[in-house]
Amino acid sequence: MTSVTTVKPTFSQITPPQMDDLPYKEYDPEVAAKLLEFIHPYRGRIWGSVFYMALSSLAGVAGPYLIEQAIDQGIAKNSVDALRTAVLLFMFTQIVQWFFNYIRTNVMAEVGQSIIFDIRISIFERLQQLSLSFFSRYSVGRITSRMMNDVGVLRDFATWTLLAVARDVFTLGGIIVTMLIMNPRLSLLSFAVLPVMTVITFLFRKYARDNYRRARMAMSWVNSVLAENINGVRVVQSFSREDTNYSYFRDVVNFYNLTANMIAARLSSLFFPSVDYLGTIAVALVIYVGGAALLGEKLEPGVLVAFVLYIGRFFDPIRDLSMRYNEFMSCMASGERILSLITAPVEVRDAPDAAILPRITGQVDFDHVDFHYSDDPTPILQDVDLHIAAGETVAFVGKTGAGKTTTIKLLARFHDTTAGRILIDGYDIAKVTQFSLRSQMGIVLQDPFLFAGTVRDNIRFGRLDANDAEVEAAAKAVGADEFIGRLRMGYETPVEEGGVVLSVGQRQLISFARALLADPRILILDEATSSIDTQTENIIQIALERLLKGRTSFVIAHRLSTIVNADRIVVVSDGRVVEQGKHQELLAKGGMYAQLYSMRFEEEPV
Amino acid sequence: MKTLQRLAILVRPFQGQMIAAALMLLSLTAIDMVFPAIIRQVIDVGFGQGQTQFMLVAAGIIMGLGFLKWIINFGYRYTSEWLSHHIAFDLRNDLYNHIQRLPFTYHDYTASGQLISRVIEDVRSMQNFTGNGIFELSRTIILMIGILIILFFTQPLLAAIALVPMIPLVWLNTSFGRRIGKMFLAVDQSLGELSERLQENVNGVQVVRAFAREKYEVDRFRDSNRKLYYNQIKVVKEMARTMPTSTLLIGISTMLILWFGGQMALNGQISLGELVAFNSYVLLLSGPAQQLSWLINAAGESSAGLERTFEVLDKKPEIRSPESSISLPDLRGEVTFENVSFRYRYEKDHALHDINLTVHPNQVIALVGPTGSGKTSLMNLIPRFYDVTAGAVKVDGVDVRQLDLKTLRSQIGIVLQTSLLFSATIAENIAYGHPTASMDEIIAAAKAAQAHDFITEQPKGYQTVVGERGITLSGGQRQRVAIARALLLNPRILILDDSTSSVDTQTEHLIQEALKTLMQGRTTFVIAQRLTTVHRADVILVLDQGRIAQQGTHDELLQQPGLYREIYDLQLRDQERFQQTMAALQKEKVTSAAAKGGKIA
Repeated sequence: MTSVTTVKPTFSQITPPQMDDLPYKEYDPEVAAKLLEFIHPYRGRIWGSVFYMALSSLAGVAGPYLIEQAIDQGIAKNSVDALRTAVLLFMFTQIVQWFFNYIRTNVMAEVGQSIIFDIRISIFERLQQLSLSFFSRYSVGRITSRMMNDVGVLRDFATWTLLAVARDVFTLGGIIVTMLIMNPRLSLLSFAVLPVMTVITFLFRKYARDNYRRARMAMSWVNSVLAENINGVRVVQSFSREDTNYSYFRDVVNFYNLTANMIAARLSSLFFPSVDYLGTIAVALVIYVGGAALLGEKLEPGVLVAFVLYIGRFFDPIRDLSMRYNEFMSCMASGERILSLITAPVEVRDAPDAAILPRITGQVDFDHVDFHYSDDPTPILQDVDLHIAAGETVAFVGKTGAGKTTTIKLLARFHDTTAGRILIDGYDIAKVTQFSLRSQMGIVLQDPFLFAGTVRDNIRFGRLDANDAEVEAAAKAVGADEFIGRLRMGYETPVEEGGVVLSVGQRQLISFARALLADPRILILDEATSSIDTQTENIIQIALERLLKGRTSFVIAHRLSTIVNADRIVVVSDGRVVEQGKHQELLAKGGMYAQLYSMRFEEEPV
Repeated sequence: MKTLQRLAILVRPFQGQMIAAALMLLSLTAIDMVFPAIIRQVIDVGFGQGQTQFMLVAAGIIMGLGFLKWIINFGYRYTSEWLSHHIAFDLRNDLYNHIQRLPFTYHDYTASGQLISRVIEDVRSMQNFTGNGIFELSRTIILMIGILIILFFTQPLLAAIALVPMIPLVWLNTSFGRRIGKMFLAVDQSLGELSERLQENVNGVQVVRAFAREKYEVDRFRDSNRKLYYNQIKVVKEMARTMPTSTLLIGISTMLILWFGGQMALNGQISLGELVAFNSYVLLLSGPAQQLSWLINAAGESSAGLERTFEVLDKKPEIRSPESSISLPDLRGEVTFENVSFRYRYEKDHALHDINLTVHPNQVIALVGPTGSGKTSLMNLIPRFYDVTAGAVKVDGVDVRQLDLKTLRSQIGIVLQTSLLFSATIAENIAYGHPTASMDEIIAAAKAAQAHDFITEQPKGYQTVVGERGITLSGGQRQRVAIARALLLNPRILILDDSTSSVDTQTEHLIQEALKTLMQGRTTFVIAQRLTTVHRADVILVLDQGRIAQQGTHDELLQQPGLYREIYDLQLRDQERFQQTMAALQKEKVTSAAAKGGKIA
């Protein structure tokens, strides 16, 4: 949605936004080499397919030659034997072609799909290792587009394009050789149109690429504007923007799309008939020159028939090859984007000699911890030094960006500290396996994430081997069983995609049950700030108490009750711990904590 | 058939182009059928009778016809593309305009993601068909009929023999078309599943990491990936079975012509030229024979898409200005609810029962109540996002159903909890309801909404693009832009939700300040979560299960037992208690210092 236009703009006045990454890329040996690694395990079968392809292409090329033989040696010379031989050979080549095409397509289908299967798994596995800061840079949409669109481009390339190129080359080579053998002079004559063809194809490719790219971009612009208007329809109507938005869509976005597509269409409308016409010219030349015996030799009718057939097939591979070049370049571009995912550096990894963290009691020490992001030297945390006994409840307080979330993320080792250490029961968390660390830790996020699946599945995510009774016990303990019981199918009710819509409070209760089921020694909780209705709020407060009891808990707190009841309040500001203590102590001190809360509840005169 | 009629209406403006395309198509088909006849003459007359001169003529004719074909082909291709793009252009415009005017009720019950992809997909399949499909289909049918007539007319016996393989060819491709459709559907489904898996994993990355479930997730992904793998293999294997076999059947046809036709030629029953031409015609036939089922499939798909499109276009925008509407450009801001009951279309129970309420200009009404008590429903009736089921909502004494919708809504400002901004610059977003606003007005609104400071800190200030294709603003920043957007309208009636989720104390403070400015001198309805807001209200309305349970000022309501006191105890008292603590500690200086300096933790 952009500014109002009173006058209809012309095509050249419209600048669409940059829609996506470059769709084409020139050959890059590095990308090609890396992509070849994925192909490597299947190279035997690929070479086999190329061989089958060669056989079937050559068998196909033999067809018109055998027709010529049937006509010139059989019919023209009144020889039934020659006719029979030619026909049988023709049949044989057809069967050879059929057989090898069948095998080749099957083999390549498996190979192509297997390569893509491998690439998808590689991407996904890498995604499981990348740090959270990667995900804050890369939106879900972009990752999905890599996995679906770019991998799709590679799939088509691996399954079809590679072999199509092989087929084109063999067919073209076969036809050229056969024509030359049948009649060298006439062949050279028909090849005369080739330079023209090459120039036309080259020009077309040059203009078509940019034009088609623009047309495609225009189309995705249309779609995104349409999507945005549907998503925001309530705001559109609230602000009575229907007329403005419509004229913008019609006169700018959709108009641009129409024009861009028409320009592309004009090019292709010109190109394909032209190639067709070149073929016709070649046929006319052969008839004119060969038929009139201008070159001093009389043309056999069978040769003419074969030439007409060959010229028809001759242009297809050339046209096809020129198209394939664009596919090759978009494969390069997609390949590069996929590789940038697969080779994205993993920031947090298990140390080579990582120990398994034994069952812990939950004593936590931040030992002069500093942190900044790898790509930005601005310190996020400085000299955080905290010593927390097992079983303590710690409430973090401070404004957004102060470093509360970062502190607890370091504890879960979502990032590594840049200086200092974090110790749990005296073990440096950087020296134990991430799995053994996190499986003893429970984390409840502010906006509780539920997976598509049943309520039961979502609770069980906390401990996969829990039985139904344990799942229900956990739900009961946090007071979630009551609303679950009221759901259409109880614990088996699907949530998220195609399931019921749960309120934030209800989702929170489910995530509490999930954490409780995991029974972690250390609990990290980011309290939700959004308002919850009275009844649920009541349940949540009770559930919280139960959840926090008997474990070391770190809470990014927003509820006054949570803060007041905490064993220790840690006030964070600009990446440093500025105060810590109990509620009353800190209030009496009149420092930052007191300021913070006076402001939160400050009363203004009406 | 209804769909066809509608399609006819859609293409009516392009009758001329349609006819031109059809004529060019007929000429092309005719030219295609002439070429084999020329080759036949070349062989029989040119070679057979040794007439060299004839070769020159034939070559000339071929060149000439080729040239004609080139021109017509260009014209035909361009016209058909032109048609498909123009029809799609019109259809997209209609859809865009129609959907944005459909009432909330429609959008409540339609998943927007699905609606979007359906509109995009359906228009595309329609476009493919009207552009190429419909003409290709006619061309194929005409060509097939023409060739069959020629073949049987010239050599009925040979035609009967040569066409034997065409029967399995048509059958093979038809059944292929039928099966492959289902297989592609399966592929699409598993692609969708895989993509969902991925998106869920990325969205839930923190939970996955937190519970150390990476391996479990990889296993689940591998399952979906494998399913996709098998479904895709099935498609390619089906192709492997069909395509080479099609080629083989065509080859058999040629072989039959060569063998039987060759013998006929040897016996002098048929000339060599005829034989060659005959084979050319059969080859010309094989393309359409393979394509026919594809084209019919595409036609089916496209008509299904069109049907769905028309279904959307047929939905009536029920809520619109009446024929003789009353326009009130200068509202005083009095709002009256008279015996209002309201039920959402597909719900069993009423959301509001018998609401009676009069709000005087410039009053502030705070709405309080549990989730689902009807607060939002009540507010949505004022700008007429929904029509009442019974009773009437009146603004300045006039039923909103009699008012001009645009004038009414342009005087109502709305700020919701989740503030949706569009992919546009910040300035454009602020001017959303008043597109002709000057930059000074925009800045003034932003300043009043406490948004000016953070906006000027953005890389391009007011010209910074936000939303999907721009930078992401935090929840608190988005909300302040939304407040500025409402302020710029200078509405007489204001509807807002004061709950601010996920913002820190300082932002919260700024938003409260902005809201205070916003409410001044307007009739305000506010869904209240904050003590400051309820204190500020002239009337607090406590809603419970769609009824007004209590009504009064804060102090009045606290005196009586009821829902308000319950809510107060649970949610608001914390806030009050804290104020009292603070008062006892006498930290006013700290308070004012913090508010001024803003440098708090």
